[in-house]
Amino acid sequence: MRRRTRALAVLVAAGLVAPLAACGPGDDGTPVLTWYINPDNGGQADIAASCTDAADGAYRIETQLLPRDAASQREQLARRLAAKDSSIDIMSLDPVFIAEFAEADFLAPVPDDVADATTKDVVQGAIDASSWKDELVAIPFWANTQLLWYRSSVAEAAGLDMSKPVTWEQIMQAAQDQDKLLAVQGAKAESLTVWINALVEGAGGHIIDNPEAPADEVELGLDTDAGRAAAQIIGDIGTSGVGGAGLPSEDEPASLTVFQGDRGSFMVNWPFVWSSTQGAVEAGSLDQSLLDDIGWALYPQTVEGSDARPPYGGISLGIGAFGKHTDLAYEAAQCIVSPDNQAEYFVTNGNPAASIEAYEDPDVQKAFPMYDVIRDSLDQAAPRPQTPFYNEVSTGLQQTWYPPADVNPDSTPPASTEFITAVLQGERLL
Amino acid sequence: MNAQTGPAAEPPTHGRHAAPSTTEDRPTDRAPRDDARRGAPDAEARAARSDRARAEARLGWYLAGPAFVVMLAVTLYPILQAVYDSLFNYKLTAPDDRSFVGLNNYVVILTDPVWWQALWVTLLITVITVAIELVLGFALALVMHRAIKRLRGLLRTAILVPYGIITVVSAFAWFYAFDITSGYVNHWFDWVPGIGPDLNWFAQQGTSLVVIIASEVWKTTPFISLLLLAGLAQVPGDLEEAAKVDGATAWQRFARVIVPNMKAAILVAVLFRALDAFRIFDNVFIMTNGANGTEVLSLLAYRTSIGQLQIGMGSAISVLLFLCVVLICFVAIKLFKVDLAGARGEK
Repeated sequence: MRRRTRALAVLVAAGLVAPLAACGPGDDGTPVLTWYINPDNGGQADIAASCTDAADGAYRIETQLLPRDAASQREQLARRLAAKDSSIDIMSLDPVFIAEFAEADFLAPVPDDVADATTKDVVQGAIDASSWKDELVAIPFWANTQLLWYRSSVAEAAGLDMSKPVTWEQIMQAAQDQDKLLAVQGAKAESLTVWINALVEGAGGHIIDNPEAPADEVELGLDTDAGRAAAQIIGDIGTSGVGGAGLPSEDEPASLTVFQGDRGSFMVNWPFVWSSTQGAVEAGSLDQSLLDDIGWALYPQTVEGSDARPPYGGISLGIGAFGKHTDLAYEAAQCIVSPDNQAEYFVTNGNPAASIEAYEDPDVQKAFPMYDVIRDSLDQAAPRPQTPFYNEVSTGLQQTWYPPADVNPDSTPPASTEFITAVLQGERLL
Repeated sequence: MNAQTGPAAEPPTHGRHAAPSTTEDRPTDRAPRDDARRGAPDAEARAARSDRARAEARLGWYLAGPAFVVMLAVTLYPILQAVYDSLFNYKLTAPDDRSFVGLNNYVVILTDPVWWQALWVTLLITVITVAIELVLGFALALVMHRAIKRLRGLLRTAILVPYGIITVVSAFAWFYAFDITSGYVNHWFDWVPGIGPDLNWFAQQGTSLVVIIASEVWKTTPFISLLLLAGLAQVPGDLEEAAKVDGATAWQRFARVIVPNMKAAILVAVLFRALDAFRIFDNVFIMTNGANGTEVLSLLAYRTSIGQLQIGMGSAISVLLFLCVVLICFVAIKLFKVDLAGARGEK
């Protein structure tokens, strides 16, 4: 009896101490770099392992998982960095929070040679998204963009030539005429901001005219022709019912479900939908005929004749300012973002590379037949506003441009401008 | 905590019980009579007992002291810190721009419709859930109390299962059941007028609140029925039997004998549940995240201080939320005379 108690005590003690050991250097004195990763299909952990091997004892990379959605990732990292957490060496950062983190001095400055090496042959959208005040503050890792996915049967029946750019107006009409559903993200979430930004930018406007300004001087560009054009499209989709009853709670996975269903027609969504649908067909839950029916094109135009500005997403690597080995962390980051690793990550996890070179990889071209459209889309893509107050702006948009059926081109743009300005000046609650 | 302030520690309070107006308190005069009978040897016993009472009080402090200190550290300190922080304009990612603004944060909050809307929704959820749970909980408590011995264990376990489930998990379960793309509720209940495959429960305020309230009721009714079961167990069986012999109907026995005798337990159950319901967070966070006018105060405080990292404004909201909770406690204890000691059978 007593022996069992003692054994239990040893176990408990070991359980309490073991996590502490992870904080110090490895058993053999190798510096340990902790990489906070966003959840994926294991690709970042694989890269961490292969870079640890390649470092040949110079450092060891260990991964720590962050929450699933970008907002929670930011919350966790910002709280810890505000407390000067030295265990954060490398972070997988959503580009929308880079400005905020850079402004708060949470990111270690990028050495010039690293900046040169990691921006060579990289899509421009990724470099823009990783910069703050014209300086690179994070390392581009992978770059994401939304495409227009369509059911060839529906496009054909509507007589649309999908080899040429189409407009929102056209796809709405096509879906409506055939009593089909248009799959867009109308949920009150970050995906709504992604949509609004793409529409406003596509009409030649910007949500924020001076993103580098302090909070009380920020000027919004919503109450303009571009803002009204965007509101017109969202309002039309909301009121006409072409988005379906699920629109006010539709996020990206829900959009994919609608698109795969009997009434699927057109969808704007990230490339993960391709690997996801392929997986579902292989598993037998979807028909091969559905996969054959799916086509892809550049994001629809807001205004006929002017180039669409597709949404930009992805991940850049930030190096924690309070880590003990920032030099090693930059070395490791360079290894992580090598074109080979990006290509591998693209193929295995479905996340498009930021490096142009990676698109030449035959495995990439085989796994993603739409690789050229993705690359072109990334070149045209417009990032969401890069401001330290991104969270306020994005949440403010989600409060005022929701639900889609209530969006009105005459009232929504001025109302949201007034509301977000008041929030930024600390006069309103969000 | 009552161990130190109760009769054992302060024998003089006995005096009040010993002098009742015997004509008015017919139903409860059993206790005073006991006291009166014990009255004679009381004087000499008092000296001997006070030593023991003092030792007991000391033991009480030894036992409760560490917990008391921990409580101060984890509740009082953060509350004071929040009050202090609420006087500043302070964003976690811009610590250098911190500035003292006095009560300005409170002015902004109290003049903002967002706050009043959230307060209204919170009160609505609190009142409706507590009312439903009180009725349901009472029914379940009676069932548990009256069930035959062999079924009792099984029945109590079955009733308590929802309470054992983590709130986030139950919120997700309810969310997916009602969700328009993956839920089954719309298919199973499409014979009910108003429910059909095109009903998006989470697209408007009314239906969202129905699901939120239903999940809250499902999850926490066991808690209220447990407290009521404890109260039921305190109702003396002979009172009920006497009423039965006198020819009282089942309803009369319930309304005139059982309920008055467990009033303290009912009020404590309602108070605890109301305080809990007022701080509702998980269900709303998971199901709507405050969309369509379903924002509650806890979610507003969370989004402001954790989401936007506005420590000053968020602290001010938290302080106001805390004051609301204090107000509920005050109203319950002072106006409704909820007696926490009475519910534990210490009188």
